[in-house]
Amino acid sequence: MATDQAKIGYDRGLKCRDQEVDTGDLFSRAKAAGLKVGLGALLILAMAFIALPVASLFLKSPLDAIIMSLHDPMVTDALRLSLMTSALTTATVVVMGTPIAYVHARFHYPGKELADSLIDLPVIMPPAVAGIALLMAFGRMGLLGHYLNALGFSIAFTTLAVIFAQVFVSSPFYIRQARTSFEDIDISLENAARTLGASRTYTFFHVTIPLALNGLISGAIMAFARSLGEFGATVMFAGNLQGRTQTMPLAIYTAMQGDLDVSLCLALILVIISFLVIALVKVLTRRVYKNASN
Amino acid sequence: MLQTDVRKKLRDFDLEVSLSVDDGEILLLVGDNGCGKTTVLNLIAGLMDPDAGTIHQSGRALFDSDLNVNVPPEARNIGYVFQNYALFPHMSVYDNVAFGLRTRKIPAREVDFMVKDSLEAAGLWEIRKARASSISGGQKQRVALARALIIEPEVLLLDEPLSALDVRKQAVMRQELRETIHQCRVPSIIVTHDLRNVACIGDRASLLETGRITLSGPADDAMDWGRGALAEDSARS
Repeated sequence: MATDQAKIGYDRGLKCRDQEVDTGDLFSRAKAAGLKVGLGALLILAMAFIALPVASLFLKSPLDAIIMSLHDPMVTDALRLSLMTSALTTATVVVMGTPIAYVHARFHYPGKELADSLIDLPVIMPPAVAGIALLMAFGRMGLLGHYLNALGFSIAFTTLAVIFAQVFVSSPFYIRQARTSFEDIDISLENAARTLGASRTYTFFHVTIPLALNGLISGAIMAFARSLGEFGATVMFAGNLQGRTQTMPLAIYTAMQGDLDVSLCLALILVIISFLVIALVKVLTRRVYKNASN
Repeated sequence: MLQTDVRKKLRDFDLEVSLSVDDGEILLLVGDNGCGKTTVLNLIAGLMDPDAGTIHQSGRALFDSDLNVNVPPEARNIGYVFQNYALFPHMSVYDNVAFGLRTRKIPAREVDFMVKDSLEAAGLWEIRKARASSISGGQKQRVALARALIIEPEVLLLDEPLSALDVRKQAVMRQELRETIHQCRVPSIIVTHDLRNVACIGDRASLLETGRITLSGPADDAMDWGRGALAEDSARS
Protein backbone atom coordinates (compact mmCIF):
# COMPACT_ATOMS: atom_id res chain seq x y z
CA MET A 1 0.00 0.00 0.00
CA ALA A 2 2.68 2.39 1.08
CA THR A 3 4.69 1.43 -1.98
CA ASP A 4 1.70 2.17 -4.27
CA GLN A 5 1.25 5.59 -2.71
CA ALA A 6 4.90 6.30 -3.09
CA LYS A 7 4.72 5.26 -6.77
CA ILE A 8 1.72 7.52 -7.41
CA GLY A 9 3.55 10.38 -5.70
CA TYR A 10 6.66 9.72 -7.81
CA ASP A 11 4.60 9.67 -11.04
CA ARG A 12 2.89 12.93 -10.07
CA GLY A 13 6.27 14.43 -9.32
CA LEU A 14 7.54 13.44 -12.73
CA LYS A 15 4.46 14.88 -14.45
CA CYS A 16 4.88 18.15 -12.57
CA ARG A 17 8.51 18.28 -13.56
CA ASP A 18 7.56 17.58 -17.22
CA GLN A 19 5.04 20.38 -17.05
CA GLU A 20 7.69 22.64 -15.53
CA VAL A 21 10.11 21.73 -18.31
CA ASP A 22 7.40 22.35 -20.93
CA THR A 23 6.53 25.74 -19.46
CA GLY A 24 10.20 26.66 -19.15
CA ASP A 25 10.91 25.59 -22.74
CA LEU A 26 7.89 27.50 -24.02
CA PHE A 27 8.96 30.57 -22.10
CA SER A 28 12.50 30.53 -23.49
CA ARG A 29 11.16 29.98 -27.03
CA ALA A 30 8.77 32.91 -26.66
CA LYS A 31 11.63 34.98 -25.32
CA ALA A 32 13.83 34.10 -28.33
CA ALA A 33 10.97 34.82 -30.75
CA GLY A 34 10.25 38.12 -28.99
CA LEU A 35 13.89 39.10 -29.25
CA LYS A 36 13.93 38.25 -32.97
CA VAL A 37 10.78 40.28 -33.63
CA GLY A 38 12.14 43.18 -31.58
CA LEU A 39 15.47 43.18 -33.43
CA GLY A 40 13.68 42.87 -36.79
CA ALA A 41 11.45 45.84 -35.95
CA LEU A 42 14.47 47.87 -34.86
CA LEU A 43 16.27 47.06 -38.10
CA ILE A 44 13.24 48.00 -40.21
CA LEU A 45 12.86 51.25 -38.27
CA ALA A 46 16.53 52.13 -38.76
CA MET A 47 16.37 51.30 -42.49
CA ALA A 48 13.20 53.35 -42.91
CA PHE A 49 14.72 56.28 -41.04
CA ILE A 50 17.59 56.43 -43.56
CA ALA A 51 15.77 55.22 -46.68
CA LEU A 52 12.65 57.43 -46.32
CA PRO A 53 14.41 60.82 -46.68
CA VAL A 54 16.55 59.49 -49.56
CA ALA A 55 13.52 58.00 -51.33
CA SER A 56 11.52 61.20 -50.72
CA LEU A 57 14.27 63.18 -52.38
CA PHE A 58 13.76 61.15 -55.56
CA LEU A 59 9.96 60.92 -55.32
CA LYS A 60 9.36 64.60 -54.56
CA SER A 61 11.66 65.86 -57.32
CA PRO A 62 9.81 66.77 -60.53
CA LEU A 63 11.93 65.16 -63.27
CA ASP A 64 11.42 67.81 -65.97
CA ALA A 65 12.22 70.66 -63.57
CA ILE A 66 15.32 68.80 -62.42
CA ILE A 67 16.51 68.32 -66.02
CA MET A 68 15.88 72.03 -66.66
CA SER A 69 17.87 72.90 -63.52
CA LEU A 70 20.86 70.97 -64.83
CA HIS A 71 21.44 73.92 -67.19
CA ASP A 72 21.18 76.50 -64.42
CA PRO A 73 24.52 78.33 -64.06
CA MET A 74 24.32 77.95 -60.30
CA VAL A 75 24.17 74.16 -60.69
CA THR A 76 26.87 73.90 -63.35
CA ASP A 77 29.18 76.28 -61.49
CA ALA A 78 28.73 74.44 -58.20
CA LEU A 79 29.16 71.03 -59.84
CA ARG A 80 32.31 72.11 -61.68
CA LEU A 81 33.79 73.79 -58.61
CA SER A 82 32.94 70.89 -56.30
CA LEU A 83 34.42 68.25 -58.59
CA MET A 84 37.52 70.34 -59.27
CA THR A 85 38.24 71.23 -55.63
CA SER A 86 37.43 67.72 -54.36
CA ALA A 87 39.73 66.17 -56.97
CA LEU A 88 42.56 68.58 -56.06
CA THR A 89 41.92 67.99 -52.35
CA THR A 90 42.06 64.22 -52.82
CA ALA A 91 45.29 64.50 -54.81
CA THR A 92 46.83 66.71 -52.09
CA VAL A 93 45.68 64.40 -49.30
CA VAL A 94 47.02 61.31 -51.10
CA VAL A 95 50.40 62.87 -51.97
CA MET A 96 50.96 64.33 -48.50
CA GLY A 97 49.10 61.73 -46.46
CA THR A 98 50.65 58.56 -47.89
CA PRO A 99 54.19 59.14 -46.54
CA ILE A 100 52.76 60.31 -43.18
CA ALA A 101 50.58 57.19 -42.94
CA TYR A 102 53.54 54.95 -43.81
CA VAL A 103 55.83 56.59 -41.25
CA HIS A 104 53.13 56.22 -38.60
CA ALA A 105 52.58 52.56 -39.53
CA ARG A 106 56.25 51.58 -39.47
CA PHE A 107 58.29 53.90 -37.26
CA HIS A 108 58.30 55.36 -33.78
CA TYR A 109 59.44 58.88 -33.03
CA PRO A 110 59.13 61.23 -30.07
CA GLY A 111 55.74 62.93 -30.08
CA LYS A 112 54.10 60.35 -32.35
CA GLU A 113 51.10 60.01 -30.02
CA LEU A 114 50.54 63.76 -30.17
CA ALA A 115 50.87 63.76 -33.97
CA ASP A 116 48.36 60.90 -34.14
CA SER A 117 45.85 62.83 -32.06
CA LEU A 118 46.34 65.94 -34.20
CA ILE A 119 45.76 63.96 -37.39
CA ASP A 120 42.48 62.60 -35.99
CA LEU A 121 41.34 65.93 -34.51
CA PRO A 122 39.43 67.23 -37.58
CA VAL A 123 37.18 64.13 -37.48
CA ILE A 124 35.69 65.12 -34.13
CA MET A 125 36.07 68.89 -34.53
CA PRO A 126 32.81 70.57 -35.62
CA PRO A 127 33.29 71.85 -39.22
CA ALA A 128 32.27 75.38 -38.23
CA VAL A 129 35.02 75.36 -35.60
CA ALA A 130 37.47 74.10 -38.24
CA GLY A 131 36.38 77.00 -40.48
CA ILE A 132 36.92 79.66 -37.85
CA ALA A 133 40.23 78.05 -36.83
CA LEU A 134 41.41 78.19 -40.45
CA LEU A 135 40.30 81.83 -40.61
CA MET A 136 42.31 82.60 -37.46
CA ALA A 137 45.37 80.93 -39.01
CA PHE A 138 45.20 81.87 -42.68
CA GLY A 139 42.69 84.76 -42.73
CA ARG A 140 43.78 88.28 -43.57
CA MET A 141 44.38 89.02 -39.87
CA GLY A 142 45.31 85.44 -39.04
CA LEU A 143 48.45 84.15 -37.38
CA LEU A 144 50.14 83.17 -40.65
CA GLY A 145 47.72 84.90 -43.02
CA HIS A 146 48.86 88.27 -41.68
CA TYR A 147 52.37 87.69 -43.07
CA LEU A 148 51.08 86.08 -46.27
CA ASN A 149 48.85 89.10 -46.81
CA ALA A 150 51.85 91.40 -46.41
CA LEU A 151 53.57 89.38 -49.17
CA GLY A 152 50.52 89.77 -51.39
CA PHE A 153 49.03 86.31 -50.87
CA SER A 154 45.45 86.04 -49.79
CA ILE A 155 43.91 82.66 -49.06
CA ALA A 156 40.62 83.29 -47.25
CA PHE A 157 37.53 83.61 -49.45
CA THR A 158 39.27 82.18 -52.53
CA THR A 159 39.01 78.82 -54.29
CA LEU A 160 42.25 77.90 -52.52
CA ALA A 161 40.45 78.41 -49.20
CA VAL A 162 37.84 75.84 -50.32
CA ILE A 163 40.66 73.34 -50.90
CA PHE A 164 42.27 74.25 -47.55
CA ALA A 165 38.99 73.62 -45.74
CA GLN A 166 38.42 70.34 -47.59
CA VAL A 167 41.96 69.10 -46.94
CA PHE A 168 41.59 69.98 -43.26
CA VAL A 169 38.41 67.97 -42.76
CA SER A 170 39.02 65.07 -45.15
CA SER A 171 42.70 64.20 -44.57
CA PRO A 172 42.07 62.02 -41.46
CA PHE A 173 39.76 59.77 -43.48
CA TYR A 174 42.58 58.95 -45.90
CA ILE A 175 45.48 58.87 -43.44
CA ARG A 176 43.71 56.51 -41.03
CA GLN A 177 42.73 54.08 -43.79
CA ALA A 178 46.19 54.24 -45.39
CA ARG A 179 47.90 53.63 -42.06
CA THR A 180 45.78 50.54 -41.40
CA SER A 181 46.53 49.24 -44.90
CA PHE A 182 50.28 49.69 -44.36
CA GLU A 183 50.13 48.07 -40.91
CA ASP A 184 48.40 45.04 -42.41
CA ILE A 185 51.38 44.33 -44.70
CA ASP A 186 53.76 41.71 -43.31
CA ILE A 187 57.04 43.51 -42.66
CA SER A 188 59.01 40.45 -43.80
CA LEU A 189 57.82 41.20 -47.37
CA GLU A 190 59.55 44.59 -47.23
CA ASN A 191 62.60 42.99 -45.60
CA ALA A 192 62.71 40.35 -48.34
CA ALA A 193 62.69 43.09 -50.98
CA ARG A 194 65.56 44.88 -49.23
CA THR A 195 67.72 41.73 -49.12
CA LEU A 196 67.01 41.23 -52.82
CA GLY A 197 68.66 44.55 -53.61
CA ALA A 198 65.71 46.95 -53.46
CA SER A 199 66.22 50.35 -51.86
CA ARG A 200 63.60 51.69 -49.44
CA THR A 201 62.04 53.74 -52.24
CA TYR A 202 61.99 50.82 -54.72
CA THR A 203 60.47 48.59 -52.04
CA PHE A 204 57.85 51.22 -51.22
CA PHE A 205 56.69 51.59 -54.83
CA HIS A 206 57.02 47.95 -55.95
CA VAL A 207 55.98 46.01 -52.85
CA THR A 208 54.31 48.23 -50.24
CA ILE A 209 52.09 50.40 -52.45
CA PRO A 210 50.77 47.54 -54.64
CA LEU A 211 49.89 45.52 -51.53
CA ALA A 212 48.16 48.46 -49.86
CA LEU A 213 46.58 49.79 -53.05
CA ASN A 214 42.97 48.74 -52.49
CA GLY A 215 43.01 50.23 -49.01
CA LEU A 216 44.61 53.42 -50.28
CA ILE A 217 41.99 53.79 -53.01
CA SER A 218 39.20 53.21 -50.47
CA GLY A 219 40.70 55.91 -48.25
CA ALA A 220 41.04 58.31 -51.17
CA ILE A 221 37.39 57.74 -52.15
CA MET A 222 36.26 58.40 -48.58
CA ALA A 223 38.32 61.61 -48.51
CA PHE A 224 36.84 62.64 -51.89
CA ALA A 225 33.31 62.02 -50.60
CA ARG A 226 33.98 63.99 -47.41
CA SER A 227 35.39 66.88 -49.47
CA LEU A 228 32.38 66.86 -51.76
CA GLY A 229 30.01 67.16 -48.81
CA GLU A 230 32.02 69.73 -46.87
CA PHE A 231 29.91 72.73 -45.78
CA GLY A 232 30.70 74.28 -42.39
CA ALA A 233 34.42 74.93 -42.71
CA THR A 234 34.03 76.09 -46.32
CA VAL A 235 31.30 78.64 -45.63
CA MET A 236 33.25 80.07 -42.67
CA PHE A 237 36.68 80.20 -44.32
CA ALA A 238 35.94 80.51 -48.04
CA GLY A 239 32.56 82.22 -48.09
CA ASN A 240 29.74 81.58 -50.55
CA LEU A 241 30.64 83.16 -53.89
CA GLN A 242 29.11 81.51 -56.96
CA GLY A 243 31.74 80.14 -59.32
CA ARG A 244 34.60 80.80 -56.85
CA THR A 245 33.79 79.26 -53.49
CA GLN A 246 30.17 78.08 -53.78
CA THR A 247 30.46 74.29 -53.78
CA MET A 248 27.44 71.99 -54.15
CA PRO A 249 26.43 71.84 -50.45
CA LEU A 250 26.66 75.64 -50.27
CA ALA A 251 24.64 76.00 -53.47
CA ILE A 252 21.95 73.65 -52.09
CA TYR A 253 21.65 75.85 -49.01
CA THR A 254 21.59 79.08 -51.06
CA ALA A 255 19.11 77.77 -53.66
CA MET A 256 16.75 76.55 -50.90
CA GLN A 257 15.94 80.20 -50.21
CA GLY A 258 14.90 80.79 -53.83
CA ASP A 259 14.51 77.93 -56.32
CA LEU A 260 13.86 74.57 -54.62
CA ASP A 261 14.25 72.67 -57.93
CA VAL A 262 17.88 73.77 -58.22
CA SER A 263 18.42 72.67 -54.65
CA LEU A 264 16.80 69.28 -55.34
CA CYS A 265 18.81 68.82 -58.53
CA LEU A 266 22.11 69.39 -56.68
CA ALA A 267 20.97 67.17 -53.81
CA LEU A 268 20.14 64.34 -56.23
CA ILE A 269 23.57 64.61 -57.86
CA LEU A 270 25.22 64.41 -54.43
CA VAL A 271 23.10 61.41 -53.41
CA ILE A 272 23.99 59.56 -56.62
CA ILE A 273 27.69 60.29 -56.06
CA SER A 274 27.35 59.08 -52.44
CA PHE A 275 25.82 55.81 -53.63
CA LEU A 276 28.63 55.32 -56.14
CA VAL A 277 31.22 56.01 -53.42
CA ILE A 278 29.68 53.45 -51.05
CA ALA A 279 29.49 50.85 -53.82
CA LEU A 280 33.12 51.47 -54.83
CA VAL A 281 34.40 51.29 -51.25
CA LYS A 282 32.47 48.06 -50.65
CA VAL A 283 33.87 46.43 -53.77
CA LEU A 284 37.41 47.54 -52.94
CA THR A 285 37.31 46.56 -49.25
CA ARG A 286 35.94 43.15 -50.24
CA ARG A 287 38.97 42.78 -52.51
CA VAL A 288 41.24 43.85 -49.63
CA TYR A 289 39.81 41.16 -47.35
CA LYS A 290 40.05 38.60 -50.17
CA ASN A 291 43.72 39.46 -50.70
CA ALA A 292 44.40 39.40 -46.97
CA SER A 293 42.86 35.94 -46.61
CA ASN A 294 45.11 34.67 -49.40
CA MET B 1 84.40 33.46 -45.26
CA LEU B 2 81.75 35.13 -43.11
CA GLN B 3 82.98 36.43 -39.76
CA THR B 4 80.54 37.84 -37.29
CA ASP B 5 81.16 39.22 -33.83
CA VAL B 6 78.17 41.25 -32.69
CA ARG B 7 76.41 42.45 -29.57
CA LYS B 8 72.87 43.72 -29.25
CA LYS B 9 70.70 44.45 -26.27
CA LEU B 10 67.36 42.71 -26.68
CA ARG B 11 64.28 43.06 -24.49
CA ASP B 12 64.89 39.95 -22.39
CA PHE B 13 68.64 39.38 -22.69
CA ASP B 14 71.86 40.61 -24.28
CA LEU B 15 72.76 38.92 -27.55
CA GLU B 16 76.47 38.30 -27.89
CA VAL B 17 77.38 36.11 -30.83
CA SER B 18 80.69 35.36 -32.45
CA LEU B 19 80.76 32.94 -35.36
CA SER B 20 82.58 32.29 -38.60
CA VAL B 21 81.45 30.24 -41.58
CA ASP B 22 83.75 29.09 -44.39
CA ASP B 23 82.87 29.31 -48.08
CA GLY B 24 80.72 26.33 -49.01
CA GLU B 25 80.10 25.44 -45.37
CA ILE B 26 76.62 25.08 -43.88
CA LEU B 27 76.34 26.15 -40.26
CA LEU B 28 73.21 25.07 -38.43
CA LEU B 29 72.25 27.53 -35.71
CA VAL B 30 70.17 25.54 -33.26
CA GLY B 31 68.19 26.79 -30.31
CA ASP B 32 64.82 27.14 -28.64
CA ASN B 33 62.24 29.66 -29.79
CA GLY B 34 63.09 33.16 -28.64
CA CYS B 35 66.81 32.53 -28.04
CA GLY B 36 67.82 35.08 -30.67
CA LYS B 37 68.43 32.87 -33.75
CA THR B 38 66.41 34.98 -36.19
CA THR B 39 67.93 38.16 -34.73
CA VAL B 40 71.41 36.84 -35.63
CA LEU B 41 70.27 36.38 -39.26
CA ASN B 42 68.66 39.83 -39.31
CA LEU B 43 71.85 41.41 -37.98
CA ILE B 44 73.94 39.71 -40.67
CA ALA B 45 71.43 40.67 -43.38
CA GLY B 46 71.39 44.29 -42.21
CA LEU B 47 67.71 44.27 -41.31
CA MET B 48 68.66 45.10 -37.71
CA ASP B 49 71.66 47.07 -36.50
CA PRO B 50 74.00 45.59 -33.86
CA ASP B 51 74.85 47.84 -30.89
CA ALA B 52 78.53 47.03 -31.42
CA GLY B 53 80.79 44.58 -33.23
CA THR B 54 81.84 43.62 -36.74
CA ILE B 55 80.46 41.62 -39.66
CA HIS B 56 82.93 40.80 -42.44
CA GLN B 57 82.35 38.84 -45.62
CA SER B 58 85.51 37.79 -47.53
CA GLY B 59 87.39 40.70 -45.94
CA ARG B 60 84.71 43.26 -46.83
CA ALA B 61 83.22 45.03 -43.82
CA LEU B 62 79.42 44.87 -43.85
CA PHE B 63 79.25 46.31 -40.36
CA ASP B 64 81.93 47.78 -38.13
CA SER B 65 80.91 49.89 -35.17
CA ASP B 66 84.45 51.23 -34.65
CA LEU B 67 84.84 52.37 -38.26
CA ASN B 68 81.19 53.46 -38.44
CA VAL B 69 80.53 51.13 -41.38
CA ASN B 70 76.98 49.87 -41.90
CA VAL B 71 76.23 48.60 -45.40
CA PRO B 72 72.45 48.73 -46.07
CA PRO B 73 70.73 45.36 -46.67
CA GLU B 74 70.24 46.03 -50.39
CA ALA B 75 74.01 46.40 -50.88
CA ARG B 76 75.08 43.33 -48.86
CA ASN B 77 74.19 40.77 -51.56
CA ILE B 78 72.90 38.25 -49.06
CA GLY B 79 70.34 35.60 -50.01
CA TYR B 80 67.74 35.30 -47.27
CA VAL B 81 64.97 32.70 -47.11
CA PHE B 82 62.47 33.88 -44.51
CA GLN B 83 60.58 31.56 -42.18
CA ASN B 84 57.23 32.28 -43.86
CA TYR B 85 59.09 32.49 -47.22
CA ALA B 86 57.91 36.13 -47.63
CA LEU B 87 56.91 35.65 -51.27
CA PHE B 88 55.30 38.75 -52.73
CA PRO B 89 51.63 37.72 -52.88
CA HIS B 90 50.71 40.23 -55.61
CA MET B 91 53.31 38.82 -58.01
CA SER B 92 53.56 35.62 -59.99
CA VAL B 93 56.16 32.95 -59.26
CA TYR B 94 58.14 34.30 -62.24
CA ASP B 95 58.07 37.91 -61.00
CA ASN B 96 59.08 36.83 -57.50
CA VAL B 97 62.19 35.11 -58.81
CA ALA B 98 62.93 37.96 -61.24
CA PHE B 99 62.60 40.64 -58.51
CA GLY B 100 66.22 40.57 -57.36
CA LEU B 101 67.48 40.78 -60.95
CA ARG B 102 65.22 43.70 -61.81
CA THR B 103 66.43 45.69 -58.78
CA ARG B 104 69.93 45.25 -60.22
CA LYS B 105 68.69 46.74 -63.51
CA ILE B 106 69.72 43.66 -65.50
CA PRO B 107 68.37 43.83 -69.10
CA ALA B 108 64.96 42.18 -69.55
CA ARG B 109 66.20 39.55 -72.00
CA GLU B 110 68.92 38.44 -69.61
CA VAL B 111 66.43 38.37 -66.73
CA ASP B 112 64.15 36.17 -68.81
CA PHE B 113 66.97 33.79 -69.61
CA MET B 114 68.18 33.54 -66.00
CA VAL B 115 64.70 33.14 -64.49
CA LYS B 116 63.79 30.44 -67.02
CA ASP B 117 66.97 28.59 -66.15
CA SER B 118 66.35 28.87 -62.44
CA LEU B 119 62.67 27.88 -62.58
CA GLU B 120 63.37 24.88 -64.79
CA ALA B 121 66.15 23.69 -62.47
CA ALA B 122 63.80 23.98 -59.48
CA GLY B 123 60.92 22.29 -61.32
CA LEU B 124 58.82 25.43 -61.14
CA TRP B 125 58.55 26.43 -64.82
CA GLU B 126 55.05 24.96 -65.13
CA ILE B 127 53.70 27.19 -62.36
CA ARG B 128 55.59 30.36 -63.39
CA LYS B 129 52.35 32.29 -63.99
CA ALA B 130 50.68 31.23 -60.72
CA ARG B 131 50.26 33.80 -57.98
CA ALA B 132 52.76 33.20 -55.20
CA SER B 133 49.90 33.15 -52.71
CA SER B 134 48.16 30.24 -54.43
CA ILE B 135 50.93 27.60 -54.56
CA SER B 136 51.66 24.80 -52.08
CA GLY B 137 54.06 25.00 -49.12
CA GLY B 138 56.74 22.91 -50.86
CA GLN B 139 56.52 25.04 -53.99
CA LYS B 140 56.75 28.21 -51.91
CA GLN B 141 59.93 26.94 -50.30
CA ARG B 142 61.45 26.21 -53.73
CA VAL B 143 60.43 29.64 -55.07
CA ALA B 144 61.90 31.37 -52.01
CA LEU B 145 65.16 29.47 -52.42
CA ALA B 146 65.29 30.12 -56.17
CA ARG B 147 64.63 33.83 -55.53
CA ALA B 148 67.44 34.00 -52.99
CA LEU B 149 69.92 32.07 -55.15
CA ILE B 150 69.34 33.79 -58.50
CA ILE B 151 71.06 36.97 -57.27
CA GLU B 152 74.24 34.90 -56.78
CA PRO B 153 74.52 35.83 -53.11
CA GLU B 154 77.79 35.96 -51.22
CA VAL B 155 76.11 34.60 -48.08
CA LEU B 156 73.00 32.47 -47.72
CA LEU B 157 70.70 32.73 -44.68
CA LEU B 158 67.75 30.41 -44.15
CA ASP B 159 65.32 30.84 -41.27
CA GLU B 160 63.54 27.59 -40.37
CA PRO B 161 63.26 26.66 -44.06
CA LEU B 162 61.40 23.42 -43.41
CA SER B 163 59.06 24.39 -40.59
CA ALA B 164 56.13 25.21 -42.88
CA LEU B 165 56.25 21.79 -44.58
CA ASP B 166 54.61 18.55 -43.49
CA VAL B 167 56.86 15.80 -42.11
CA ARG B 168 57.01 13.71 -45.30
CA LYS B 169 58.00 16.70 -47.43
CA GLN B 170 60.59 17.77 -44.86
CA ALA B 171 62.58 14.54 -45.36
CA VAL B 172 62.76 15.04 -49.15
CA MET B 173 63.52 18.73 -48.82
CA ARG B 174 66.40 18.22 -46.35
CA GLN B 175 68.45 16.36 -48.95
CA GLU B 176 67.43 18.71 -51.75
CA LEU B 177 68.29 21.74 -49.64
CA ARG B 178 71.72 20.40 -48.72
CA GLU B 179 72.61 19.67 -52.36
CA THR B 180 71.35 23.02 -53.63
CA ILE B 181 73.17 25.02 -50.97
CA HIS B 182 76.44 23.10 -51.42
CA GLN B 183 76.36 23.91 -55.14
CA CYS B 184 76.48 27.64 -54.32
CA ARG B 185 79.77 27.38 -52.42
CA VAL B 186 79.01 30.36 -50.20
CA PRO B 187 78.89 30.55 -46.40
CA SER B 188 75.41 29.46 -45.32
CA ILE B 189 73.63 29.70 -41.99
CA ILE B 190 70.45 27.76 -41.39
CA VAL B 191 68.43 28.51 -38.30
CA THR B 192 66.40 25.66 -36.86
CA HIS B 193 64.94 24.43 -33.60
CA ASP B 194 64.61 20.89 -34.97
CA LEU B 195 67.66 18.71 -34.26
CA ARG B 196 66.66 16.30 -37.05
CA ASN B 197 67.72 18.95 -39.57
CA VAL B 198 71.20 19.32 -38.13
CA ALA B 199 72.91 16.10 -39.16
CA CYS B 200 70.97 15.85 -42.46
CA ILE B 201 71.70 19.35 -43.74
CA GLY B 202 74.54 20.93 -41.79
CA ASP B 203 78.32 20.57 -41.83
CA ARG B 204 78.71 22.25 -38.47
CA ALA B 205 76.32 23.26 -35.73
CA SER B 206 76.18 25.86 -32.97
CA LEU B 207 73.80 25.86 -30.07
CA LEU B 208 72.38 29.28 -29.18
CA GLU B 209 70.98 29.75 -25.70
CA THR B 210 69.55 33.12 -24.55
CA GLY B 211 71.76 35.09 -26.90
CA ARG B 212 75.03 33.17 -26.47
CA ILE B 213 76.59 30.27 -28.35
CA THR B 214 77.10 27.61 -25.70
CA LEU B 215 78.16 24.65 -27.84
CA SER B 216 79.75 24.33 -31.24
CA GLY B 217 80.99 21.36 -33.24
CA PRO B 218 80.52 19.04 -36.20
CA ALA B 219 76.88 18.56 -37.19
CA ASP B 220 77.05 14.81 -36.43
CA ASP B 221 77.86 15.54 -32.77
CA ALA B 222 74.87 17.82 -32.38
CA MET B 223 72.50 14.93 -31.67
CA ASP B 224 74.53 14.21 -28.51
CA TRP B 225 73.93 17.74 -27.19
CA GLY B 226 70.30 17.03 -27.05
CA ARG B 227 70.44 14.90 -23.94
CA GLY B 228 69.46 17.97 -21.98
CA ALA B 229 66.55 20.32 -22.22
CA LEU B 230 66.76 20.89 -25.97
CA ALA B 231 66.26 17.20 -26.78
CA GLU B 232 63.31 16.96 -24.43
CA ASP B 233 61.71 19.99 -26.03
CA SER B 234 62.36 18.66 -29.49
CA ALA B 235 60.94 15.24 -28.66
CA ARG B 236 57.87 16.83 -27.14
CA SER B 237 57.26 18.86 -30.29
